[in-house]
Amino acid sequence: MSVTPRVPLATAPGRFGGTILVRGGRLIDPARGIDAIADVVIRDGRVVEGTPDQLDGARVLDARGLIVAPGFVDLHAHLREPGYEYRETVATGTAAAVAGGFTTVCAMPNTEPATDSPAVVEYVLQAARRDGSARVYVIGAITRGRKGKALADMIELANAGVVAFSDDGDCVTDPSLMRHALAYSVATGRPVVQHAEEKALTTGAQMHEGMVSARLGLPGWPRQAEETIVARDCELTALTGAHLHVAHVSAAGTLDFIRRARAKGTRVTAEVTPHHLTLTDDLVGGHWWSATASLPPYDTRTKVNPPLREPDDRDAMVAGLRDGAIDCIATDHAPHGTTDKHVEYAAAASGISNLETALGSVLSIVHAGALSLVEVIAALTCRPAGIFGLEAGTLAPGAPGDVVIFDPDREWCVDPAQFASKGRNTPLAGHVLRGQVVATIVGGEVLHDRS
Amino acid sequence: MRRKDVLDLDDFAPDEIREVLETTVAMKEVLARPIKRVPPLRGKTIVNCFYEASTRTRVSFELAAKNLSADVVNISSTGSSVEKGETLVDTTRTLQALGADMVVMRHGASGAPYVVARELSACVINGGDGWHAHPTQALLDLFTVQSRLGRLEGRRIAIVGDVLHSRVARSAAWGFATMGASVVLCAPPTLLPAGFDRAVLTGLRAKGLPTVVAGTPSVELTHHLDAALHDADVVMALRVQRERMDSGLLPSLREYARAYGLTRDRVAKARFGAVVMHPGPMNEGVEIAPDVAYGGQSAVEEQVANGVAVRMAVMYLLAGGRGGAAV
Ligand SMILES: [Zn+2]
Repeated sequence: MSVTPRVPLATAPGRFGGTILVRGGRLIDPARGIDAIADVVIRDGRVVEGTPDQLDGARVLDARGLIVAPGFVDLHAHLREPGYEYRETVATGTAAAVAGGFTTVCAMPNTEPATDSPAVVEYVLQAARRDGSARVYVIGAITRGRKGKALADMIELANAGVVAFSDDGDCVTDPSLMRHALAYSVATGRPVVQHAEEKALTTGAQMHEGMVSARLGLPGWPRQAEETIVARDCELTALTGAHLHVAHVSAAGTLDFIRRARAKGTRVTAEVTPHHLTLTDDLVGGHWWSATASLPPYDTRTKVNPPLREPDDRDAMVAGLRDGAIDCIATDHAPHGTTDKHVEYAAAASGISNLETALGSVLSIVHAGALSLVEVIAALTCRPAGIFGLEAGTLAPGAPGDVVIFDPDREWCVDPAQFASKGRNTPLAGHVLRGQVVATIVGGEVLHDRS
Repeated sequence: MRRKDVLDLDDFAPDEIREVLETTVAMKEVLARPIKRVPPLRGKTIVNCFYEASTRTRVSFELAAKNLSADVVNISSTGSSVEKGETLVDTTRTLQALGADMVVMRHGASGAPYVVARELSACVINGGDGWHAHPTQALLDLFTVQSRLGRLEGRRIAIVGDVLHSRVARSAAWGFATMGASVVLCAPPTLLPAGFDRAVLTGLRAKGLPTVVAGTPSVELTHHLDAALHDADVVMALRVQRERMDSGLLPSLREYARAYGLTRDRVAKARFGAVVMHPGPMNEGVEIAPDVAYGGQSAVEEQVANGVAVRMAVMYLLAGGRGGAAV
């Protein structure tokens, strides 16, 4: 079975035909092991070697004192189009992406209709070509209508350009169907991305099951609902020779199953979100639990799936990123409208609008000394790009001219009203983050500039 | 009372609870008069907003409000906008526009009254939210025990039943523990909220209150009924619902009755003369045997009577009345 390779992107590199020089920044390009003061030159949309003598007409960006890195790559974003344009569109979602330093985003297929056919894939790619700022790749549904009953036309979807398959938002819980999905995916050369949640264990669940849920009287989402699915899927992946990518790991125990599978040679990769790296379930209890919490109890902006867990889980996520059990950071950007969140906790939609705060969030781990800046940038660039086989994540000569320039120390207060995203739903509203994007370049074009 | 809302007892100081209990004594006195109506809430509008049917609780709040001369409006789930899919936010706007001075809210979702209280200038009294809290029930339980036993400090309170789904148990645990009693919550393992004991102990510590009473933690969870009953001054049974069998949490009500039902023999294992309580409505023969429910140790009827007085006290204090004052 042959399928076409990952198709050229929605926004083709090189659409901007000029020269741009990013001068004097600290260039961190983990793919090439570079961490040094260096210039980056982009001509006709692609990185070129050295600093050319002729800079006539070139745009020069002064990056002295700033970090220069390959544009970030997000394997997990909900752009909501088609179907939920009141929450987000490809235009606003990709605008949010570049505001947050992301030059490549992968759109999840839980749209309406679901992205389970080449027609919907083409619809999203067209919207990206027309309205997109960042490059957009599409993830196709695993099952028809994301209903978990029958496989979607996975080879056709691959030929239409999807880079992976996922029913995200829902778990493929039927073990037989998951086995077949993994087996069939081998013919496409694309990974299967599982939202690991044993639904029989999460009926009515509102938050992590633990001390805080016990106090709040909210039905809990136990870690075991994630761990048991990951354990099962690792075995099915070994059986089928597929590539399993575990979405948004949240529970410490999940990492043990991933490590074990990898040790046996099974192809399993994993991502973690900024919120599972930094926030915990005590936030749902608001100021009951922490005198410094700015949120009241039951604030629906803390509701996310999988839920915020305990400090031990959060620390395990950071350790997992450090030791490689987790490959990369993905935002799970999940914008919602006011009406989705301005209700009682049990009725609220799950998700956090994440693209614009992701960098500031994960840099808090760097500032705390638990991860190095190089490790975090690798987890946002070459590592995710490698998982889906995307042409992104490095500034090697010839690579797409996708660059992020940021100040790791600049402090800013999160004001969702200023977001490019339509989703204002973040528990970080009002928080001061340290680390801000100064400029984002996509294909040699400066699309975001705060300098 | 220096607060806008009564949403749970977890943020009450012992003095605040004492103030409510003292004021309840005054309200009981009012209720003993031939004309039970006193004027402190004249001209105030109290809205009973019940998203979940409960005639008992609604009537108790309504009587309390009317005894204080308030105007009472009932919005209940039958035949009102609540049923037509109106959101909590819409209801909140309506309440604000109506100029309600006080809102009593019962809701099936834990935390719902918090959402309303944040946006409403009126006082909000939580009349029970999901599995989370039922503060006026806990206050009437505290009052009932204090009336029977004289003091709360150092007492041992055993609460037996479906603790996991019980707002009554959660609020009672906060209330009794705050007043220096120790609470043991007992249920089959499937109906125990793991971690709730640690949550309350953490909260007590944050309030600067003791977390140990006579050598035992202020709040404990156990599935051993005999251990829970041992030395108990109060034994409270909680309602166990048939639907718990459908979700696989209980094999059968018959087995529950045999293993955890409060029978005369079991109550005899508690302290001599221990007070028997139940928040109602009772499943006689399941969580409590009829002879226990109506026996000499039972305070079930007093609980109902005290409910009106406690709710009068809470409304009076929220409206700015002074503790224990003449009404
Ligand atoms: Zn997901």
